[in-house]
This record gives sequence, structure tokens and C-alpha cells, in this order.
Amino acid sequence: MSETNTNAPLLEVKGLKKYFKTRRGMLHAVDDVSFKIERGKTLGIVGESGCGKSTLGRAILRLLEPNGGQVLFEGQDVANLNAEQMRLKRRDMQIIFQDPFSSLNPRKTIAQTIGEPLKLNKIITDKNKRMERVLELMSIVGLAERLVNTYPHELDGGRRQRIGVARALALNPKFIVCDEPVSALDVSIQAQVLNLMKELQSSLGLTYMFITHDLSVVNHFSDDIGVMYLGRMIEKAPAEELFANPIHPYTKALLSAIPIPDIHYKMERILLRGEVSSPIEPPNMCRFAPRCNDCMEKCRTSEPALVEVSPGHFVSCFLASDEVMPV
Amino acid sequence: MSNVSDNRRMALEIENLVVEYRTHEGTVHALNGLDLYIEKGKTLGLVGETGAGKTTAGLSVLRLVPDPPGVIVDGAIKLNGETIFDKTDKEMESIRGKAVSMIFQDPMTSLNPVFTVEDQIAEVIERHEQLTKEESYVKAREMLELVGIPGTRGGEYPHQFSGGMKQRVVIAIALACSPSVLIADEPTTALDVTIQAQVLEMMKGLREKYDTSMLMITHDLGIVAEICDSVSVIYAGRVIEHGDLEDVFDNTRHPYTEGLFNSLPNLQDRQSRLKPIQGLMPDPRDLPTGCPFHPRCDYAKDICSKERPPKTYRNERHYVECHLYNSENIVEGKVINR
Amino acid sequence: MSEKTAAAPAAPSQFKKTNQWFDVWRRLKQSKTAVIGLVIFVLLCLMALTAPIFFNYEQDVIRINVQNRLQPPSAEHWMGTDDVGRDVLARVVWGSRASLSIAFSIVAFSLFVGGTIGSTAGYFGGVYDNVVMRIMDIFQAIPGILLAITIVAALGPNTVNLVIALVVSSCPVFARVVRGPVLTIREVEYVEAAKAIGAKSGTIITSHVLPNCLAPIIVQATLSVAGMILSVAALSFLGLGIQPPAPEWGAMLSGARTFIRDHSYLAFFPGLAIMITILSLNLLGDGLRDALDPRLKT
Repeated sequence: MSETNTNAPLLEVKGLKKYFKTRRGMLHAVDDVSFKIERGKTLGIVGESGCGKSTLGRAILRLLEPNGGQVLFEGQDVANLNAEQMRLKRRDMQIIFQDPFSSLNPRKTIAQTIGEPLKLNKIITDKNKRMERVLELMSIVGLAERLVNTYPHELDGGRRQRIGVARALALNPKFIVCDEPVSALDVSIQAQVLNLMKELQSSLGLTYMFITHDLSVVNHFSDDIGVMYLGRMIEKAPAEELFANPIHPYTKALLSAIPIPDIHYKMERILLRGEVSSPIEPPNMCRFAPRCNDCMEKCRTSEPALVEVSPGHFVSCFLASDEVMPV
Repeated sequence: MSNVSDNRRMALEIENLVVEYRTHEGTVHALNGLDLYIEKGKTLGLVGETGAGKTTAGLSVLRLVPDPPGVIVDGAIKLNGETIFDKTDKEMESIRGKAVSMIFQDPMTSLNPVFTVEDQIAEVIERHEQLTKEESYVKAREMLELVGIPGTRGGEYPHQFSGGMKQRVVIAIALACSPSVLIADEPTTALDVTIQAQVLEMMKGLREKYDTSMLMITHDLGIVAEICDSVSVIYAGRVIEHGDLEDVFDNTRHPYTEGLFNSLPNLQDRQSRLKPIQGLMPDPRDLPTGCPFHPRCDYAKDICSKERPPKTYRNERHYVECHLYNSENIVEGKVINR
Repeated sequence: MSEKTAAAPAAPSQFKKTNQWFDVWRRLKQSKTAVIGLVIFVLLCLMALTAPIFFNYEQDVIRINVQNRLQPPSAEHWMGTDDVGRDVLARVVWGSRASLSIAFSIVAFSLFVGGTIGSTAGYFGGVYDNVVMRIMDIFQAIPGILLAITIVAALGPNTVNLVIALVVSSCPVFARVVRGPVLTIREVEYVEAAKAIGAKSGTIITSHVLPNCLAPIIVQATLSVAGMILSVAALSFLGLGIQPPAPEWGAMLSGARTFIRDHSYLAFFPGLAIMITILSLNLLGDGLRDALDPRLKT
């Protein structure tokens, strides 16, 4: 895997757009999002419900067809592949879903679910050899062998999520989109699954895109973090930098809103006004302006671009970009 | 123990509550001797994981445990000093919503889609207070303003509101008759963090305004740190550690509580490896003998699988149910390494 | 952090596959009416299968014996004899073979054709869905029996044409019944997961979508068998179905109508047979609907 140029990003997304047609107009779920993920690294994507983070993950894998932009995977534009080429490409690009209850077919046993990718892609056609590989995958994700013939409904959320991980690993992918993989789990189980995914990353050299709404999880897990708001990437920076020095007012509010399980840790909470505005036909203005405490005249008439304010730290806000490029 | 003696100070007391669900697949032991108390005007956090019995505890107070299959086997619940199991169904109806009310987790399903939100708030007010229809609608709109929704939106239907707004409406309904005890079952779990922050802030304000005692059911220790005065950690239907916020957060004694803290990603130290609790929640149909936590406990001894541990008190309020402690070493702690 | 180190509650049955149909059967057993329906239906099927043991087709069922005509029920002829002296009991028993097998094959064919149309329409959606379902709407707008009469009249009355006619008229119902749940299931994450691991549309439909919307399909199929028996009987009654002298309940009813005033037993017994069959299937279908609905799981 790593014999190719290690400096080149594994995945580069350029100007990706995904719109949905609704009766009231175009819903801009993902609007002109660009980023890079390097090999073996994790990009965390955070945002609240409806910000387009799940859509972004699916558009990259083309589970939803993007309306524009490029998805360069190892330099090749995935968005231009035909259906059959894309089907083959999916061996390298996998996804782990949020809900361990709806992401598994209730009528298939664990062995059938984990073995299915091997069978469909004709990687292991021999039934017994396939079962060996299934058992190997089960032990990698920490599932006891005796569970091999059970059905999903007989298992708890944590084990089900491990099945989802094993299924994604079956094809030896290089890149995995993790769509809120632990948010449906209890904290003690959540920690088990997070540790497992971290171990797999270092042992298999995986690259993750980790989508979540939970900022403490994303901080723990990611190298870089991108913050999304209403389809836009509004801030992106290395994890430490983002938490130490958030610039966008939304990021600041988001960070201050995390409930901290420590009674001595008191943070000044920034309360936002109102709620997320509609993603349908958004006007040409900063999408956060209606809730922003620092909203200026300019914010209501034009939209700020994503600019690099310090190495690796990108922000889309007039407060920050004005300092860099005075008008 | 001394705290239970002064009944007048207690808004809610639950003693040795045992609730079972008798189903085809066996008896689910949801609550196995739950003790819980909330002082007047205080907020108690009830923390635990899925299947620990948190919601059953909340429903028991309103006597809303579905029957069948739910059976209250033993125990007593006192609301403002009055035993609720003695009440008739009719009396219970007037207690619910007036003396005690509940906020459910999912605001999407706890509102009736065919009535406007002010209809739903006014309905509660009309039922419990001696007000005319007009007066109760005026009060309903006041309640909406109180939870941060313009009163003019009262004539709208639930689907016209966002998730956070709906939860505000639910809270408005719960508080409409200024109940003395409010049970909030994961009230912000379905909401986004920034909206959660708004709602929590609002609940804090309202709690002070109405001097409401609150039972905050949650799985999030962060929320507990934020809004609660004391905390009970529930595992397999029993409170295994209880104390004031400082007791439980700074002088954690029970290995399970410790495990919960260690499972959380630490915002200050990103590289630290998470230390999860091994294993899974026990099957409530087939609970382990002795201490229900012993199969998952790193410190388990022989006695843990044989006898249920008694309460050991660290101070007047703070206690744990764990064999690791006796009256000498409980103060010092240091039995488990944090 | 392997799970083997964890003390998990070990259930002894975990090595073997548990059959999900066992659950359905357990819930079905709880409903008395469903069990009654099932028992009656099984007995009817047994009757159809064993008919040749009790009655000889040539001797008892179609041989004309004018001396014996129009005898009321007696020890010798439990249901009496018809206008050409044939034993009504023998004809009712043999008639079950025709009625049941035709009804079942019609349901099987319409399930296959309608199911394919409905599942592909629901899964692919878009223009294809619109065109196909509008065509189905057109078929559904014409009363089924009228459509069947037209087709049989055009193609000529025989068993094959009868089946074709009724399949065409009942296809739209199955297409609709299948399409509904497919629309829901295709949005579920495991379908997306199947796409992500490189499954083709055909595989997704047959192995992920359809197995999870069996419940409404099975119920509809059960209830339709009853409907089909009635339709076959109706067409035979009109002279467009099974042709004499072959016994069929509807045709027997039709033949009895001239004698209904004086020899009502001729109409009564085939009518009773139709009624019992439909009743049993309806009871069974209702029971299945409850048993297959996991929300009612207790």
C-alpha cells in the first residue's frame, strides 16, 4: 500500500456538491466542500444534524451521486467512474454505519453478513476457505467464534457494531468512512469500539474519515478536524489547534457547549440564538449569520471564503479573513 | 442513613423498589431494590447505561409502568411524604402533571400531531387548575414565552417546530402546573449540542424560578456535572454509588463509576487511550449472583460473586455498594487506582 | 481487547442457528382462530390430495346415471345426487382439486409477476416506477372479474386461459403490495451497506430487500387464495371457467341454479365448501398478519 508516494494524499475532495430536489427548491446538503486526507490519518468531520456530514461521506463513496466536484482517490477521479468500475473501487473504500440495528440485514447470520463482500466480489469462492476468513475477521474485531451463526437481533449494539466493522474490513480497504460509528452505543461500549478502531488503524494502516456530532470523541480520534455548518466546511484545522484556538464563532460556540464531566472545569458558555436555518436555496450570505453573535453588515450580503489563517488552519469567516487580507 | 429520617425535606423518596417485567422469554429484573431520594428544590442525576433500569425508575414514580408485563413486587415511593402506592387510579390522575410530571426523551413522539401546541399545554392546565378555557390558553401562551417560544406561535402544530423547539414545548407542558417534582428522562439526548446547551440553560433557570425538585435521568456525566446537585449511579436496577456531586466526581469509589469516567474521551489529553469497562451489561433476565458488576470488575474477589455488597458510607450522604470497602478504608479510598 | 476475555452471558443455543420462523409459529399458535383456520385448511388440502382414494373419477364423478337423478341426501349419497345422477359428495371432494390447484397457481403466478414488477418499480423508482405503476393503475381501474371475463371470452374458455385471465387481473394488487414495503426497505442502511460492498441491484433486491418484506406479501397471498377460489367459482358459474363434466365448485353452483327451488342441497353443499375454504384462509391470513408483525411481539 505504502510503496506509492506517501506524501500524496490518499483522498482529495475538490468542490464536492450534493443537492437534493425538494418541492420548495434545491436543498444544498453539501455545498462546495474541499479537503485532503493523508494516508494513515484520520479526518474528523463534526457538525450538528442537517449540516450535511453524512451526505458528504456517502457522496464520496458515491452511495449518493454527487452533483459536482471531484473525488480523487489515489489521484483517480472516482466521481467519473462508471457503475462497474465504481463497484470494483469500493473494495478500497468502505463505510461503517451509525446505527448497528438498521445497518445489518436481520435475516442474515453474522457469518453470512461478514462473508457477503467476499462472496459478491468473488474474492474467496470456496465456501470453507471463506468461512476461515470470516472467523479470522471475527477474531480481529473481537467477536467470539461461537457467535458465528447468530442473528443480529440476538446481539447487543456493541457486538453488532463490531460486525459492521468486520464487514467493512473484509475487502481489505484502504479508506473507511465512519459515519457516527459509536453514537448509538453506551459509553462503556463506545470506548471498546473506539479502541478497536484505533488499533485497526495502526495495524492495517487504515485511513479514516470520522463523521460525528460528538466533539469529545472526534478530538480523541482525529488528526485533523473539519467543522461543517449547513453544507459548508466552515473551519478546518489540526485537532489540537482547533480545540486550543478556534476562530469561527460557530466552532467556539460548539466547543463551549460540550458538557464536561468534571465539576471543577468551568467554561464560559457561548449560547447561540435560534436554530439552524433552512438549507433549501440558501441566500448569498454567511450561512451562520442569522445565529452569529458577531454578525456584521458584510456577513449578510456576501459569503466568506475558506482561507488559510495559519499553516493548516482554514476558516471561512470575515472576522478572520479580514485580518489576513485587509479590505 | 440519617438523611431519610427528616421526611419533610424530601420531595421524592424511593425505598427498596423492585420491579419486574414478566414476559414469555422470562422475568426481566428491571429494578432490584432501588433506593433514591431527592431533597426539596434539588436535582438528582440518575446515571446509568441502557437497560440499567433508569426509565423504569422514572415511570414507577408516575405509576406508569406498563402492566402487564410490569409488576411492582416490593418497595415504597413517597412523593412529598405521601405514599403513592396507596392512591387510587383517580387520585393518581390528578397527581400526574400536577405534583409530578415527566419529560420524555423523544420530543418527536411525545407531542400529539393533530393538536396545536397551545391546545396541548392548555389541556393540562385546564385539567388541574380552576381556570376557564380562555384563562388556560392565556397561561399556555405565557408558558411558551417562558421556554423561549413566541406566544404567537401557539396556534401552530408540532411538525412546524424543530426538534429543540418541540422539546421546549414538552418542557412547557411538564411545567405548566408547576409540579413539585419533575422527572426528565434523557431530555436532551435527541438534540444537537448547541441546542442542548440552550435547553439545559433554560431548565436551570426554570428550576430556580419554580423551586422544582428534579430527577435527571441521563447517561451523560457531563450533563450531570452541569445541572445536578447529587448523583446516583444505577447498575442492574440498583444504586451502586450515591453522593453529592463532589463526592462522586472527586472521590469516586465504585469501580463501575470509575469505569464510566475512564470510558469518556478526555478533552484535555487527546492521546490517552480509553480504558473501557470490559464485557457487557448483564442480561436483566439472568443477573449475576452477588454483586451484579462482579463479572466485569477488575477488582472482583471471591465474596463478590456470593454476597450482595451492603451500603458503605463515606460520609453522611456518599455511599457505595462494593465489597472493596469497609468503614475504615472508605474515607481514604485508594483501593482503585484512578 | 478481545471479547473472549470478557465474561459474556453465555447462552447454550448460540452455536446453532435459531429459526426465525419458529417465533412466527409460536405467535400463530397463540391465536385460536388462526389455528382453527389452519386446521380446516390442512384438512381441505388433504381431502384434495386423497380424493382418488375415496372416489373413482370415471365411476363416481362424471358417469351419468339417470335412474339416480335428483336424490335428496341419504345414507348412500350423503349430499344427494345431481340432475344426471352423479354423487354430489364425490363431485365436491373432487371439485376441491380443481378449485384449490387453480387458485394456488393463479396466486403463485401473480405473486411472481406482480412481485417482480412491484419490487423493481419500488427499488429503482423514477420514471420506470411511474410508467409501470400507471399501467398497473389502468389494470386496477377495470373490475378484475370484468377483465377476466373479457380475456377468457377472447381467448376461449379453458383452464389455462382462466389462469392467465385471473393472473392478469390480480397482478396489480401484488405489484402494489410488494412495492410498498420495498420503498421502505430500500432506504434502510443495510441496503446501502450492500451497495457499499459491491452488491448488484439484483442481489440487493433478492437477498436484502425481499426477505425483509415477506410479511405483507404472505398475508396478501393467503387472503388472495380465498379471493381466487371465489373468482374461479364465479367464472365457472358464468360458464367461462372449468368446463363440464369436470367438477368444480363454482360450476356445480351454476348447474344447481335451475333446481334451487326443489333441490336446494345441490347448491348448498358446493356453496358450503366454498364458504368453509374462504373462511379458513381468511382466519389463517388474519392470524399470520398478527404473527408476522414483530411490533406485536410479546
